[in-house]
Amino acid sequence: MKTLTPTVLGPLSDIPPGEGRTYAVDGEMIAVFRLRDGSLRAVSAVCPHKGGPLADGQIDNSIVVCPLHLFAWDLATGCSQSGQAPINVYPVREDEGQILLGE
Amino acid sequence: MTQRLVVIGNGMAGARTVEEILARNGDFTVTMFGDEPYGNYNRIMLSNLLAGVETEEGIFLNDLAWYQENGITLNAGVKVERIDAQAKVVHDSTGVATPYDKLIIATGSYSWTPPMKGVHHPKRGYHQGVFAFRTLDDTRGMIRYARDHERAVVIGGGLLGLEAARGLQNHVSHVTLLHAMGHLMERQLDPKAGQMLQASVEGKLGIEVITNAMTTEILGKDRVTGVKLKDGTVIECDVVVIAAGIRPNTEMVANSGLPVERGIVVDDQMRVEGHPDIYSVGECAQHRGNLYGLVAPLWDQAKVLADHITGRNPDAAYHGSKLSTKLKVAGIDVASMGLIAPESDDDEVIVYNEPKKGVYKQLIIREDVLVGAVLVGDNSKAASLIQHFDRGTALPEERAELIFDIGGPAGEVSPAEMADDAQVCNCNGVSKGAICGAVSAGCKTVGGVMDKTRAGKGCGTCKPLVQRIVEWANGGAAEEDPAASWYVPGVPMPKPELMEAIRRYELKSVSAVFDKLVPGGEHDAKSKMGLASLLKMMWADQYIDERDARFINDRVHGNIQKDGTFSVVPQMKGGVTTPAELKRIAEVAEKYRVPMVKLTGGQRIDLLGVPKEQLPAMWADLDMPSGYAYAKSFRTVKTCVGSDFCRFGVGDSTALGIAIEERYQGLEGPGKMKLAVTGCPRNCAEAYVKDLGVVAIDGGKWEIYVGGAAGAHIRKGDLLTTVGSADEVIRLTGRFLQYYRENANWLERTYAFVPRIGIDRIREIVVDDADGIAAALDAAVDEAVQAYKDPWKERAEPVTPGQFRTSLPLTVLPQVPVRA
Ligand SMILES: Cc1cc2nc3c(=O)[nH]c(=O)nc-3n(C[C@H](O)[C@H](O)[C@H](O)COP(=O)(O)OP(=O)(O)OC[C@H]3O[C@@H](n4cnc5c(N)ncnc54)[C@H](O)[C@@H]3O)c2cc1C
Ligand code: SF4
Ligand code: SF4
Ligand code: FES
Repeated sequence: MKTLTPTVLGPLSDIPPGEGRTYAVDGEMIAVFRLRDGSLRAVSAVCPHKGGPLADGQIDNSIVVCPLHLFAWDLATGCSQSGQAPINVYPVREDEGQILLGE
Repeated sequence: MTQRLVVIGNGMAGARTVEEILARNGDFTVTMFGDEPYGNYNRIMLSNLLAGVETEEGIFLNDLAWYQENGITLNAGVKVERIDAQAKVVHDSTGVATPYDKLIIATGSYSWTPPMKGVHHPKRGYHQGVFAFRTLDDTRGMIRYARDHERAVVIGGGLLGLEAARGLQNHVSHVTLLHAMGHLMERQLDPKAGQMLQASVEGKLGIEVITNAMTTEILGKDRVTGVKLKDGTVIECDVVVIAAGIRPNTEMVANSGLPVERGIVVDDQMRVEGHPDIYSVGECAQHRGNLYGLVAPLWDQAKVLADHITGRNPDAAYHGSKLSTKLKVAGIDVASMGLIAPESDDDEVIVYNEPKKGVYKQLIIREDVLVGAVLVGDNSKAASLIQHFDRGTALPEERAELIFDIGGPAGEVSPAEMADDAQVCNCNGVSKGAICGAVSAGCKTVGGVMDKTRAGKGCGTCKPLVQRIVEWANGGAAEEDPAASWYVPGVPMPKPELMEAIRRYELKSVSAVFDKLVPGGEHDAKSKMGLASLLKMMWADQYIDERDARFINDRVHGNIQKDGTFSVVPQMKGGVTTPAELKRIAEVAEKYRVPMVKLTGGQRIDLLGVPKEQLPAMWADLDMPSGYAYAKSFRTVKTCVGSDFCRFGVGDSTALGIAIEERYQGLEGPGKMKLAVTGCPRNCAEAYVKDLGVVAIDGGKWEIYVGGAAGAHIRKGDLLTTVGSADEVIRLTGRFLQYYRENANWLERTYAFVPRIGIDRIREIVVDDADGIAAALDAAVDEAVQAYKDPWKERAEPVTPGQFRTSLPLTVLPQVPVRA
């Protein structure tokens, strides 16, 4: 995991269940997903394959599927399921209704 | 201890060597220099780029991210100007000195220009309109220039010249190929084969070929107007491409005092003679007197060098490569290996010649060993010949077996017969053994094996063979995959059972399906879209719409493009519009600075390149309904002019097309549905190749065709029935579409669905109502039609928070070309 200064990204209600939204943090673009099991995941927003916007992808409780060519990455580890480069993952959690990125 | 490795040259050999070193976990900090301002791309594919069958992104092997991830410092666009072997540093064009512990020189070749008057312009390098064919920049320049010109001359009738000529045909109307020698590809082909190839190139491709053509001068003052040959002939042209050969890039190396003859002299470990810490690979290296100009030998060299330098196998040795090529030259099969002419009276020569078909085969055999072969027009036996040639194995008594398939399955090497180390993918040097290894390591799909081994990821010609080997390694007939019958991969049920269960438990949302029907309740991203489509079809307005179950296209009602922007396609029923609508579209396009306005194949106007956050405002300004250019749904009804205006028209195709589109707009399905109505059998609206096509015939009748396609798959539709009125067409259209919606597999288009069920059976159900379900189908489609809502109305109030918020990264994305 990459370390980041803890940052409040906004209310949890900004992300509908099962979807993702992109946030700019420290000059990096980070996609935060709200899984249907209630937990949050944060990964780099740019697909390493051909730059697809990962926050526009579809997710389940473990993977995100990039909308451009449908390659998939594990949301917890950042590992690709299709032989692509891995993506960065960041610590993220909910804190009193707010999305808190970083340790 | 970590050593500093510097690599000069970021081409195919340099980058491949680094990949091989990384794969062996070599302990190096790597710095690479590349004269070209890019990551590493597949130079072979420049031919395809020129021919328009490959895109620029498609040819990159390693993009800049790859260098970053592997901790490689890439100095792209930086030329190394001197090597100081004494001090162990390289000096580059920016004035920086970089020290190394180990150095690899992989500077490749440059395109050689034969002496000709007027080829260079004193100020500009090449004369305007003259191009070499070696780099991405060359190719880009050539395409840009050729687009606006008419006649091209290619100088050089070798492999590269032929590829260039073929590719240029894509951009100019007339191409002449000049070759200084007596026949094409004289180094790989004997005269007979060369003539055969020439006949095919001229006859099949329409490229004019002139042999024995010595070009002496490029004509034209400011830019090219023609070329002049030694015999005085002038050939007018406005583009000239020089593909007359290559020379190794060794000047800098020689000036640095390293041993250079024709190329940089290396030993069997690819070490530069007399310099234990300097290596060279690729086209610039001279090994045992030989230079190699194809990638396969470079891969072998890269492996040896990597084994040696990482200490994995310090004694690894390169023994040279036997050169064989098997390719499609400008669409014609050619293979060549070893000798092209007998060298002694004892050499056995076997020739087969069938000029009419353009087939020619010649073998040269010495003491029962294959020492040379040339094939033109039929490469079916090339793989086994190359194997005999490489290994020097004993040949069959029956020599004809070498050039023909006698008995066995036509034109295919069987995987079982192939030796383990037989090379399958010649671009990436992947053996049969490596493919089988990937399969036994658990990779059962062809795509998976390709990803893992890179087999088939070069020029792609070996893909069918890769597939056969994967199937064979899987145990002959490809394993029966139980999941193959499931409707979606994450719910273990075929469609009828799944629909049954959905109805029984009244499951109205996608997550309800996962929770109830999947053991363990595991959700599956790749199944969501298919389930959403199915549930919407089954429950119409009772369906509980979870937005995350939709693909991004259906979440924002636009088609996502390669750069993450979207397209806006307003509805234009039957392709009919009005001046007022056109004006409005034009104004919106201008207001939002839409980068491209394009007419689609479905007769609508496509506004491409729209950022997500602008979609609602644009829809509001357009104030037109959505044209559904993004969903797995009913798309368009293409129409011809028909009896309204056309002098041949026998039916009012335009009116009927509009009526059908009005009724079934937005209808979801397992795949997209494209329709057409045409006013007479002249078929101007291409109705025979649509999911459902209607053709007016004389006597006020209409024919209905189903299951046609003209996309990645091409199929003429089957005649469902002929009816006497437009109303009947509309009714049967709905009934057929509903039957398809209920029974097709997810993503199964009608061109697969109709043949699977059989047109006779479909006719029984849809037209003759043999199963007694016609009324139910009609009612169901009617309900779906009633539930229709224009999705673009969602613009005023986002359905979910941030529905139209950008997901685009700040980093640079591939640029989509913007045409003025
Ligand atoms: C259009 C085309 C089609 C081809 N088709 C085929 C085919 O079908 N099959 C096949 O086997 N082969 C084919 N080839 C040949 C194949 O591309 C080459 O054999 C291969 O690219 C050679 O690799 P290399 O690394 O030695 O040289 P290159 O790929 O040329 O790489 C050398 C790199 O070094 C850089 N460089 C040179 N000097 C310096 C310096 N001083 N400092 C920094 N950088 C420097 C150059 O800019 C270049 O990028 C084709 C070639 C072309 C041009
Ligand atoms: S299909 Fe027939 S009616 Fe329609 S435009 Fe063509 S010729 Fe005219
Ligand atoms: S129309 Fe077809 S071929 Fe053309 S870009 Fe779209 S998908 Fe590709
Ligand atoms: S850009 Fe993400 S899969 Fe291709």
